[in-house]
Amino acid sequence: MTESTPPYTIVIGLETHVQLQTETKLFCGCSTKFGAPPNTQTCPVCTGHPGTLPVMNRRAFELSLRTATALNCNIATFTKWDRKQYYYPDLPKGYQISQYDLPFSYEGWLEISDPKDRFPPKKVRIIRAHLEEDAGKSMHDEHAGKADSKIDLNRTGTPLLEIVTHPDMRSPAEAKAYLTELKLLLTHLGVSDCNMQEGSLRVDANVNLHLDTPAGKVATPIVEIKNMNSFRAVEKAVAYEAERQYAEWQETGRKLGDPGVFKRTFGWDDVKNRTHVQREKEESADYRYFPDPDLVPVTVTEERIAAVRAGLGELPAQVRTRLEGSYGLTAYDSDVIVNQGRAFIEYFTTAADTGGDGKTASNWLQQDVLRVMGEQNLTIENYPVPAAALGDLLKLVRGGEVDTSRGRQVLQRMFDTGESAEAAMRSLGIEKVDESALVALCEELVAANPKLVADVKAGKMQAAGSFVGQAKKKNPNANPGRVKDLCLEIIARLP
Amino acid sequence: MALYQKTATELLGLLSSGQVTSEELTRAYAERIANIDKQVGAYLRVDVDGALEQARVIDARRKRGEKLGLLAGLPVAVKDLLTARGDLATCASRMLENYRATYDSTVVAKLRAADAVLLGRTNMDEFAMGGSTENSAFQKTRNPWDLERTPGGSSGGAAACVAADEACLSIGTDTGGSIRQPAALCGVTGLKPTYGSVSRYGLIAFASSLDQAGPLARTAEDAALLLEAIAGHDPQDATSINAPVPQYSQTVREPLKGLTLGLVREHFAAGLESETEAAVREAIKVYESLGARVKEVSFPHAKYGVAVYYIIAPCEASSNLARYDGIHYGRRTDEAKVAAELDAERKELLAAGKKREAETLDTSLVRLYRKSRAEGFGPEVKRRIMLGTYALSSGYYDAYYLKALKVRRLIRQDYDAAFQQGIDLIAGPCTAGPAFKLGEKVDDPLAMYLVDLYTVSANLAGVGGISIPCGFSKTGLPIGLQLQAPPLEEDKLLRAAHMFQTATDWHTRRPALA
Repeated sequence: MTESTPPYTIVIGLETHVQLQTETKLFCGCSTKFGAPPNTQTCPVCTGHPGTLPVMNRRAFELSLRTATALNCNIATFTKWDRKQYYYPDLPKGYQISQYDLPFSYEGWLEISDPKDRFPPKKVRIIRAHLEEDAGKSMHDEHAGKADSKIDLNRTGTPLLEIVTHPDMRSPAEAKAYLTELKLLLTHLGVSDCNMQEGSLRVDANVNLHLDTPAGKVATPIVEIKNMNSFRAVEKAVAYEAERQYAEWQETGRKLGDPGVFKRTFGWDDVKNRTHVQREKEESADYRYFPDPDLVPVTVTEERIAAVRAGLGELPAQVRTRLEGSYGLTAYDSDVIVNQGRAFIEYFTTAADTGGDGKTASNWLQQDVLRVMGEQNLTIENYPVPAAALGDLLKLVRGGEVDTSRGRQVLQRMFDTGESAEAAMRSLGIEKVDESALVALCEELVAANPKLVADVKAGKMQAAGSFVGQAKKKNPNANPGRVKDLCLEIIARLP
Repeated sequence: MALYQKTATELLGLLSSGQVTSEELTRAYAERIANIDKQVGAYLRVDVDGALEQARVIDARRKRGEKLGLLAGLPVAVKDLLTARGDLATCASRMLENYRATYDSTVVAKLRAADAVLLGRTNMDEFAMGGSTENSAFQKTRNPWDLERTPGGSSGGAAACVAADEACLSIGTDTGGSIRQPAALCGVTGLKPTYGSVSRYGLIAFASSLDQAGPLARTAEDAALLLEAIAGHDPQDATSINAPVPQYSQTVREPLKGLTLGLVREHFAAGLESETEAAVREAIKVYESLGARVKEVSFPHAKYGVAVYYIIAPCEASSNLARYDGIHYGRRTDEAKVAAELDAERKELLAAGKKREAETLDTSLVRLYRKSRAEGFGPEVKRRIMLGTYALSSGYYDAYYLKALKVRRLIRQDYDAAFQQGIDLIAGPCTAGPAFKLGEKVDDPLAMYLVDLYTVSANLAGVGGISIPCGFSKTGLPIGLQLQAPPLEEDKLLRAAHMFQTATDWHTRRPALA
């Protein structure tokens, strides 16, 4: 074993909570919009007033079915709602409506791969995905002895999809790849905006290590990491936790299953770049789950499952395969494009189809369009050059009507003015130079530069570049590649 | 005969013909309540001004020739666990003593839509837990037939106000017998509808899978009127049945032909007082004289009813009442006292060198929960919360809750089997005996639980049941006959009850109140 390979395997399972993009909450008609003033999106139902009753939001269930189907899950034909009971001020009913022993979906998988090939493609197995209501938000202000806690119930009752994986990931990179792929899938399906800052995607990681010791295989105690607010944080936290657990193992020798060893909860500190203990001993919380008598079980027919599956359309993994197959893209390029989302994929395919070549379109999109989008904080939806217009430009570039560097000026002009490719070329005075004019120009240059001719003949090919430079001075529209080729041809014909 | 002694059906005639205004009627009830309720204690609050105002509005609309609702101008009493926007809904609990509802329960909304006059709110056992109304945190309600005796419960106020002519129509709720048992003990007609036929939205939950609101009145005709007004599908209640509401008030007078009554063998066994048994058997003879046939049936699982009920109801209650935590609404203990108390305890522990104990002392939040709930709930509510919490705990769930659900299913199957054998209605006693003395069972919770013996099964099975007066004890206390029907056959219950009331006059008798 080399020094750079750690003497352990990291074992990671992820639990994600995803807020579904419904207009209204899971069991009442309140808006789910983020950012409203506290306690303005509440009603007697979601604030748990006496006598109120929940009624299931069918749209939330529909979105959940789509997601679980896309995650290759089995869909239960009979599912029910359970109450998870605990006391907390942001849980006004004293219980959360969730799904306990009969989740609506179970046993699926999501395939992950790494365009940088750090790990081979693998299927991360999903144990279950279930639907539940979110709790409210507590804000604690305890400074200067003026302990003050505030509760905002706007979020209470927002539909949450909890997706739990098997402990199938073996590196921080795999964990990040899973989350990236999951987010891509969820945004692609339009079921969630997955905005971690606004809490619409939350991740907990269960981490421990498997070690080979002379005494046999050993596992370290499991730690649940919370409080990670970006995928990068997940990657860092898992890596940190692996090192921490290894150090702890070396120091204490404590392992999973030892008496007195409990699952602990750690929080990730993004500033200090470390995890810290939140709960030393995972108390065996008794949530006293039981079926919610206010709600009726949900039955899903096989026909409905089939209809959901049929309505899914092309999923991100299938899009990547198509882009690689039909447009000749590399895995890396297809990954970049698909990761930009549905609208960008469409933009790409339109530009590639109009322009006649996938690779060219991919290059222009990555080097020009994405760069400008980044610089100017644009989305593809408000990027002003339509995909077909870019495709027209690419066709002109590929046809030699305009060279790449002048093509970039054309694109800039199209971006600034909204002109078509041809119009922008005219505005910039760009036109294709007639072949005979180009030949005449080259013959003139060869005749006027015996020193350069001698250099070329002596094999100094950079001398050919000087012909191009001189040609561009005489006629900015001269195609550099063609000038170079013509000059070399003329020189070769010289005695 | 005073106005307040008339039935709702009679009054409706007087109102529609213009002989009486709703305002006059409301005033008559207000006066009756003022005169008599000091003795009975049926009402927690009477909103005379509000009721008169509603009555005047209805009278004015009638005058303009507007089409009015089913209850046009009739005063109705409502049990204090149904919410009405802007009004208190106390559940007879200190916990909700000052809780003002922000929305109308569907039942109250339907009463308003039917142009009823909301007269006042009736007393009950705290959170509907009890069978004597003695668990009210606020006041005792007395049986109008004997003021030393209980009106029954939990809808004791709802039944007593009808018996004492303080209302002609009254809304109660029934989780294990809480409409039928007080109806029997007070000598009035009380109907528990099929589960899901009256919306539970705004009915402050005791046990969600068992709770149903229903009518109490003097006659089956009046009960039919009130049920028709409050029944119906409600999209705000997921357990509400989506079926059209029959016109009970129209069909109630049609006699049932070829009626077959089923007598449950197990209901006429040990525990049933002989006077009650005699009255019930006499009532069945009345039905036979009206052409009914009688068949004996067995409910082999009937004996488990009370046990199953006292698992399921407390389990659901322990969860439903978790929301009363002193945080968002309802009673909150004195926070400054909590802080001072914790501070003192901590100091004491530290002084005694008990550092560990000092560290594990309640947080102020936990102490706030503990004290708010300790102060807000009465002993019976606490007992049931503890029972339910225990039964749902990890390791006990299967043995108690899950087992109870299975037996519940068997109890329903007893009903299904009987109804499949051609039985139209189950007939039998509503209670084992007439009203007991106030205080008689308060120290014996188990004896109190057994008052539900003949009524809990209908709630567990989800079927409808009605109690109608069928005689009196030698001491002059009313006795109730219970009829139970297949799901959604309330029309049969009401028609059968009306048949009986055309042939007997038990329901017309009145207690002698000074």
